[in-house]
Amino acid sequence: MINLNAGAPKAPLAEQWSSYKANCRLVNPNNKRKLDIIVVGTGLAGASAAATLGQLGYNVKSFCYQDTPRRAHSIAAQGGINAAKNYQNDGDNVFRLFYDTIKGGDYRARESNVYRLASISPEIIDLCVAQGVPFAREYGGLLANRSFGGTQVSRTFYARGQTGQQLLIGAYSALSRQIAAGSVKLYNRRDVLDIVIVDGKARGVIVRNLVTGEIERHSAHAVVLATGGYGNVFYLSTNAMGSNVTPAWSAYKKGALFANPCFTQIHPTCIPVHGEFQSKLTLMSESLRNDGRIWVPKAKEDVEQLRQKKITPEQIHESKRDYYLERRYPAFGNLVPRDVASRAAKERCDEGYGVGSSGRAVFLDFSDSINRLGADAISARYGNLFQMYERIVDDNPYQTPMMIYPAVHYTMGGLWVDYELMTTVPGLYSIGECNFSDHGANRLGASALMQGLADGYFVLPYTISAYLSNEIHTPPIQTTLPEFHTAVHDVNDRLSQLKGTKGKTSVDHFHKTLGKIMWEYCGMSRSESGLQKALGLIGELKADFASDVSIPGGMKEYNPELEKAWRVQDFIELGDLMVRDALERKESCGGHFREESQTPDGEALRNDEQFAHVAAWEFKGDGASPVRHREELRFDTVKPSQRSYK
Amino acid sequence: MIFTLKIWRQKNASDKGGLVTYKAEDISPDSSFFEMLDQLNQQLIAKGEDPVAFDHDCREGICGTCSLYINGRPHGPLKGTTTCQLHMRSFRNGETIYVEPWRCGAFPVIKDLIVDRSAFDKIIQAGGYVSVNSGGIPDANTIPVPKPDADAAFDAAACIGCGACVASCPNASAMLFVGAKVSHLALLPQGRVEAEHRVQKMVATMDSLGFGNCSNTYACEAECPKEIAVTNIARMNREFLAAKIFAEKEKQISFTL
Amino acid sequence: MDRSERRTLSSITGKVIMALAGLFLVVFLLVHLGINLLLMADDGGRAFTGAATFMATNPVIRLFEVVLFGGFLIHMMFGVGVSIRNRRSRPVRYQHKSESETSPLSRYMLHSGIIVFIFLALHLIDFYFIKVGLVAPPAGVERHDFYHRSLVLFSDKGYSAVYLVGFLFLGFHLNHAVQAAFQTIGMNHNKYTAGIKVFSMLYAIIVAGGFMTIPLWFIFFR
Repeated sequence: MINLNAGAPKAPLAEQWSSYKANCRLVNPNNKRKLDIIVVGTGLAGASAAATLGQLGYNVKSFCYQDTPRRAHSIAAQGGINAAKNYQNDGDNVFRLFYDTIKGGDYRARESNVYRLASISPEIIDLCVAQGVPFAREYGGLLANRSFGGTQVSRTFYARGQTGQQLLIGAYSALSRQIAAGSVKLYNRRDVLDIVIVDGKARGVIVRNLVTGEIERHSAHAVVLATGGYGNVFYLSTNAMGSNVTPAWSAYKKGALFANPCFTQIHPTCIPVHGEFQSKLTLMSESLRNDGRIWVPKAKEDVEQLRQKKITPEQIHESKRDYYLERRYPAFGNLVPRDVASRAAKERCDEGYGVGSSGRAVFLDFSDSINRLGADAISARYGNLFQMYERIVDDNPYQTPMMIYPAVHYTMGGLWVDYELMTTVPGLYSIGECNFSDHGANRLGASALMQGLADGYFVLPYTISAYLSNEIHTPPIQTTLPEFHTAVHDVNDRLSQLKGTKGKTSVDHFHKTLGKIMWEYCGMSRSESGLQKALGLIGELKADFASDVSIPGGMKEYNPELEKAWRVQDFIELGDLMVRDALERKESCGGHFREESQTPDGEALRNDEQFAHVAAWEFKGDGASPVRHREELRFDTVKPSQRSYK
Repeated sequence: MIFTLKIWRQKNASDKGGLVTYKAEDISPDSSFFEMLDQLNQQLIAKGEDPVAFDHDCREGICGTCSLYINGRPHGPLKGTTTCQLHMRSFRNGETIYVEPWRCGAFPVIKDLIVDRSAFDKIIQAGGYVSVNSGGIPDANTIPVPKPDADAAFDAAACIGCGACVASCPNASAMLFVGAKVSHLALLPQGRVEAEHRVQKMVATMDSLGFGNCSNTYACEAECPKEIAVTNIARMNREFLAAKIFAEKEKQISFTL
Repeated sequence: MDRSERRTLSSITGKVIMALAGLFLVVFLLVHLGINLLLMADDGGRAFTGAATFMATNPVIRLFEVVLFGGFLIHMMFGVGVSIRNRRSRPVRYQHKSESETSPLSRYMLHSGIIVFIFLALHLIDFYFIKVGLVAPPAGVERHDFYHRSLVLFSDKGYSAVYLVGFLFLGFHLNHAVQAAFQTIGMNHNKYTAGIKVFSMLYAIIVAGGFMTIPLWFIFFR
């Protein structure tokens, strides 16, 4: 058993980070110049880290698979970014943000990290404003805030519905400034396929140039992974098409532990699936639930008629509608947390009450609000969302109810990291959504952007110096070392094997099949028997993939099918690990409902005695079962309580 | 629905390339344009042929990766919409659809419909930022910003860097892209500090990369998926002229300790 | 910055010079039109000849004549230069013709400009070259007598038609040119731009229409 120790400073919670900064070892500017750092990924975490490390004087190499760093999927975040600024004087402070995050995460996050995150949050806003991020403002010229995700205070900063885009452009511009200054070298259109470990330390990466197909070696004194989440394991998700787990997965296979892989967040308000060729799901802001009422028909005959488009939803009489959230959760109604709303929608659809052509959708009805407030008021609040919905679905939500269904949105699991954001491999760091993060079993709205930027701008630049201060005598790492040769050899082997399979089935087909298995058995509701079944199905899928995948095109050219094949192969293995993790976690917590662990009236039941820990998995070789390690979570400041929304 | 597709195929940068005709059958009107191409590619893969390469990523209209010059218009016929958000119901059943890559000397074709837009990154690197480090920043509310300025800055900053402006411009000019970034930062007090320097650097870099010059056709504004206004080009021109005429020569200061 | 910073003129400066030269020509056209309209005065050409003589002899105006030629030259040189650069920026062209919505006629500024240039050359031969003595005046018309020169010219219907076509294209050119010049020198404002566009169109209609009434008047009312 590996002893998983976060290594937070021995100080009262509120003083840990300042005490860390006061005592951490720094690197002299002359020595920074001699130290190389690789940063993989250019989203909020990766771009902010690369920019800041470059600004400090390190030699940074930044990698992304996109054509430019500005396209990383952080760009798609809509809602906002939390910060304990208390500009509204409504009682917010660092402790309250910390408390909300711990509670929102259903008591499965580490207190020390979360407190640090909350305490850094105000600095993020200061920096972003200085970079020129055009946050929403009041007429007086000061910053505006809104309340988000049911919190009692207004602490969310936003830039219309495009906060992620504006923050990312801020980080991208900081990165561009460093690229121009020569402190960061950008490698775009590159897939990082392997991490190179030399004498137990992360020393480089093997990448494929996506344009030429060349395999390249890059070395550094430390490697930072900021590669985002793995939601695409479900095939259909709100992630970008290219989002993948590959760099994190190769880190796992090289010895980094993978924590809480089964923790994924399912968002209740997405546009439903329309057909077999659908490639991607689109999220619509959660704020819609403030004014929309969710329902399905009470009678199956009505459901049938709706699916055949013989009647329209407006024709169903009020008395024949089942407002199931209001019925089940009278206190919170349509505003129950994400996980509860998602699960309830799935339950209705599983029972056969789902609407839409696929039967996997529920109505979100604005007619009451429109009658009460007028169409103009609704348009002022949600105009752009209604427009987006109409563009995709071709229905007018002012006239007919929207259809929504839950979709995978964020992954709380990821590489295990300590207080310094270092994985269990020395010199290998993981930041942003890529690590197992500060969000426990469920992330609060508007917290993902906060974490990515906190890690990149303010945490990693300190903690990495503690490691690098011991590396100042290490000369530049040579890419001719045998470890690099072996890694290149392995990568080439796997590529030839993929290319040489000469099967009949396209990569997408395998990906879709995997997605269906994961969604069905390892989605928002899980059971022992279902998970056991999934384990078998994934095993078969893995074997089929190895023998039957078909990849056209060559190795030494632009070949998107080959890229996808590598990623999907990793997703299949990750799926296996997720199912194993879900099997072991015999409790319902956060967004995950374990059917064996529920209260007598069918609500989620957490089990703090047995599962108040982080499960971190160790790779033991292909074919061998991974080993589960635990990091016990101590709640000294916040006392865990059971959530109730009745 | 059924479509005849005339798609630009080009093996690599040095290949000459040409239009190839394909039939797309059994397409749902609810499919996005890319889902239609996905479907075509699945057929090509099944036949052992090389699938059509095109750039795409978020598929929700914000990352700016997608391109495609569809029937003579970047991002196709719908106003204010990226290709990934374009659905097949916007086309007539049986229609012939031309699909070409962005055309501009500064955007060389990599393969099929994919072009290299790193010229945009180079322009941003020339000055599309505020030179601040991550320490010692004053509180975010220290400088009030008039709401109309903040809103106008946001409108300019909404640019997704897709390059539709260049693709649609009869002159392959990048003025809207550069104008949007110059405007975004010039409108905010935080960006004002180095505004003179920035606009000169960015325009010089744009010129050096081989983009065309603006002839005020406003095709860029009509085709921009984020509907960024040509007012931003005028603002850039204004900023540029003011900087050229009034800014003093920068001294090159060098000293040793 | 390497090559670009050593370039003598940036893209924007070049455009601005072209726009300023153009705006100067716009003012000139108004003066020219004002004098020409005197042709239609029923006074046997007294008013017109008076104005023409003033223009031909006043030393300040004579100086401006040089500036005017300079203005034309600069406007044309930069116009052609920009167009060449613009064509080079897209070495491989689209197969499908552009369907993008553009400002009316803005795509054809070079074309309308060339037509106007040809017309201008013709016009110079007809009047200016005669005046300076490069071309012999038609029989019975004195070298400086633009009034009778006009009468002779516009009594030929074919020749009038050439002038009408020339003015039409001048109108097309101006309709886009005036508002575009404001945009180029940075004057675009959400309060005033709509007005500038209307002004641009009105100006084009007045100038082209005004010039066109003269041959029409000669054809139909004399």
